[in-house]
Amino acid sequence: MPKIKLAENTVELIKAVCAEFENKESELINVLHGVQQKLGYLPAEVQEVIARELNMSVAKVYGVVTFYSFFTMIPQGEFPISICMGTACYVRGAEQVLNEFKRQLKVEVGESTEDGKFSINCLRCVGACGLAPVVTVGEKVYGRVSPSEVKKIIAEYREGCADDAKTA
Amino acid sequence: MDTINLTIDNKTLVVKKGTTILEAASGIGIDIPTLCHMKLDDLNIENKPGGCRICVVEVNGRRNLAPACCTEVNEGMEINTHSMRVINARRTVMELILSDHPFDCLICAKSGNCDLQDMAHNLGIREIRYQGEQSTYREDTSPAIIREVDKCIMCRRCETMCNEVQTVGVLSAINRGFESVVSPAFEMNLDHSVCTYCGQCVAVCPTGALTEVDETGKVVRALSDPTKTVIVQTAPAVRAALGEEFGMEAGTLVTGKLVAALRRLGFDHVFDTDFAADLTIMEEGTELLNRLGKHLSGDKDVKLPILTSCCPAWVKFFEHQFPEMKDIPSTARSPQQMFGAIAKTYFADQLGVKREDLVVVSIMPCVAKKYECGREEFKTNDNPDVDHALTTRELAALIKLSNIDFKSLPNEEFDNPLGESTGAGVIFGTTGGVIEAAVRTAYEIHTKKELPRLDFDELRGMEGIREATIDFDGLPIKIGIAHGLGNARKLLEDIQAGKSEFHAIEIMSCPGGCIGGGGQPYHHGNADVLKQRQKALYTEDKNKAIRKSHENPYIVKLYEEFLGKPMSDKAHHLLHTEYFDRT
Repeated sequence: MPKIKLAENTVELIKAVCAEFENKESELINVLHGVQQKLGYLPAEVQEVIARELNMSVAKVYGVVTFYSFFTMIPQGEFPISICMGTACYVRGAEQVLNEFKRQLKVEVGESTEDGKFSINCLRCVGACGLAPVVTVGEKVYGRVSPSEVKKIIAEYREGCADDAKTA
Repeated sequence: MDTINLTIDNKTLVVKKGTTILEAASGIGIDIPTLCHMKLDDLNIENKPGGCRICVVEVNGRRNLAPACCTEVNEGMEINTHSMRVINARRTVMELILSDHPFDCLICAKSGNCDLQDMAHNLGIREIRYQGEQSTYREDTSPAIIREVDKCIMCRRCETMCNEVQTVGVLSAINRGFESVVSPAFEMNLDHSVCTYCGQCVAVCPTGALTEVDETGKVVRALSDPTKTVIVQTAPAVRAALGEEFGMEAGTLVTGKLVAALRRLGFDHVFDTDFAADLTIMEEGTELLNRLGKHLSGDKDVKLPILTSCCPAWVKFFEHQFPEMKDIPSTARSPQQMFGAIAKTYFADQLGVKREDLVVVSIMPCVAKKYECGREEFKTNDNPDVDHALTTRELAALIKLSNIDFKSLPNEEFDNPLGESTGAGVIFGTTGGVIEAAVRTAYEIHTKKELPRLDFDELRGMEGIREATIDFDGLPIKIGIAHGLGNARKLLEDIQAGKSEFHAIEIMSCPGGCIGGGGQPYHHGNADVLKQRQKALYTEDKNKAIRKSHENPYIVKLYEEFLGKPMSDKAHHLLHTEYFDRT
C-alpha cells in the first residue's frame, strides 16, 4: 500500500475531531463519522492517527471501517452520488437507475471518475421511501428518479450550477 | 441473595450468583462442549464471545436455546444439556461451520490436535447437509507464523490473546458477513505488522488457521548431509513439556529421554541452551551490577531499571511500541543466540570445522525464536549463528517421523562442553526464573559472600506482575517481574512516567513464561498444565548439583580459554547486541 504523508493541518483536524469526543475508544464510530465528513474518506494514514489518538489498535479501527459500508477508504468525488438500494427503492427500479449512472460516468460502485468530480455509492434506505427510488448527491435528495433523468442530474453538476451540493 | 439454586440434567446444585451455566455444569462434572470459549483462570485470560453456539443448552421456560458460556444462572433454572433439541442444534451448528471449512484434515498441520476435528468427532458428524460457496483467503507466511485464514472459524481467541492479553493489537476481525476474516490492519501480511511472533495466537487457535512455520524438513536435510556437522541445543522449558506429546502427564521431566531422542535423530553433539542461560547470567548479571554501581555512585546518565532481554517477542515488542526506551533493556543476547555465537566460534574452532559446515539447530518452546535467528545482526557473512529453530511440537513430530519410541528411551546425558548447566539455567524457562538466576549470581559477585539460601519463593508464582525486594547484604534490590506483554506494557508505562522504583525487571512475553510458549504442546485451555510444567523446572533446579551460573565449570573454562571476563571486548562482540527503532 503506497504511503501518503498527511499534511500537518489534516492531522490537526483529525486530532480535533478525536478531542471533540474526548479521545474515547467507545466514540470510535462518531470519530470516524466526523473525520469522513470533513475529509471525504478514511485512508490508512488517517486511521493510524485516529488509532493513536484513541489509544487503540489500528487493526480494530480498520475492523470497524470495513464493517460499516458507510465508511470508505477510497476518495469520494467532489459530488458523491448515492443510490438507495433499500427494499422500496429497489422494487421501484433503483438498480436501473444505478446502471444508468455507471454507464454515464463509466465507473463502478465505490469508484470516482477520473476528473474526481463524481463517485458512486449504494446505501440502504435514507428514510424517504415515499420518494422511491431515491438518489442523493452530496446533501441534496432527488426523489422518484427514472433512468432517463440521470443524464440531467449529472449535467447539473458538470456545469457547476449546484454548488450547494458540494461536500465539505 | 448470593447463591442460586438450579438443576442441570436433573441434578440439583447451588452456585454463586454470576456463575455461567458452563461453569456451573463443569462443577458437577458435566462438560458442555465449546469451541470459541477459553478461560485460563490464573492468567486472567477469558474469551467468551458466544459466537460458535456449540455450547447451547435448553432452559425450561425459555423459548430459545441459551449459549452456556455466556448465560448466567438464575434462581430455579432447569437446564438440559443433552436433550434431542440441543443435540440437533449442536449438530446443525457444527455442520454449518464445517460447510465453510476446507476438507483437508488428513494433510492439515493441526490434524490430531484440532479442537474443531475433535468436536466434529464427538458430535458424530457423518455428513454435511449444507453445501455451498466456501470463503477463501490468501495464505500469509511470515518468518515464524503462517495464517491460513480459510480454516478460521471466527472464534476470536487469537484476537483476545493479541489485543487483551498481549496488547500487541495486530489481529482484528475485519469486513462483514461472509467476507469477514481475522487480519492485521489493512489486510497487510504479518511480517509488515507490529506482530511480535509471540505465538500466543497459535497456542490458542482451535483449528489449523494459525500454525508455526515448519522447519523439520530443513533439519532432516541437514542431518542427512555428510558434509555438515549438526549440533543441537534445547531450551529449558522443552524438557518440562515434550512428554505431553507422547501421552505423558503434564509436568513430567523428560530431560534424559530428550537427550537420547536427539542423539538417535542423528545430531552429532547434543547440547543444552541452559549452558547459554548460565552464560547470559554472567553477562547480564555483570551488566546489572555495573549499571547499579554507577547509579549508586550518582552517575545520572545510567538508566535503571535494567530489563531482561532473553525473549525475542519482548524485544520486538519494545522495538515497535517503546522505541524511545531501547537503551534500557540489557544488551545481552538471548541464550539461543549466545549459544549460536559460541558454537560457531569457540566450539567450531575446537572441532576444526568451518562455520559454514556447522549447522546449529535449536529446540525452543517458542515460535518467535524462528524470527530471532533470522535477524541480520545475528549473522556473519550471511551465515546465521543459529540455523534452524524448531518448536517443542516440531521436535515431537520429528521423533515420531523417525520411528523412535520416546517413552521407552533410556535417560542420557548432554555432551560437553556446551551441555553442562546449573539449576539457575534450568529455571530460565518459567516466569521469575531468569531474575532468580541473576540474583543468585549477582548477590555473590556483589557481596563476595555465599548466599544463605537458593530458593527465592518471593520471585516465584503465576501472578501477572510481581515485585520483591532482595537484600544484597544491606543493599535492598527492588525487582519487578511481568509475564504476558500486557503486563510488560504496564511496567513500561510506569518507567516512562517516572513511577518505577525497580532496579531490575524480568519480562517474558508468554503467560507463564517459556513454559507457556507459543511452540509448546497445546494446553487446550487448561492452565493447570502450565503450573505442572513450572513445578517440573523448579524440581529439576533442586536436583542439580550446581545451582549458580558462575559456578558452572564449563562457563568458568569458557571465560578462561576464550572470552576473558564478562563484558570483555570479545564477550561484547559475541554475546551482546543492539536494538532498533521499528516504528
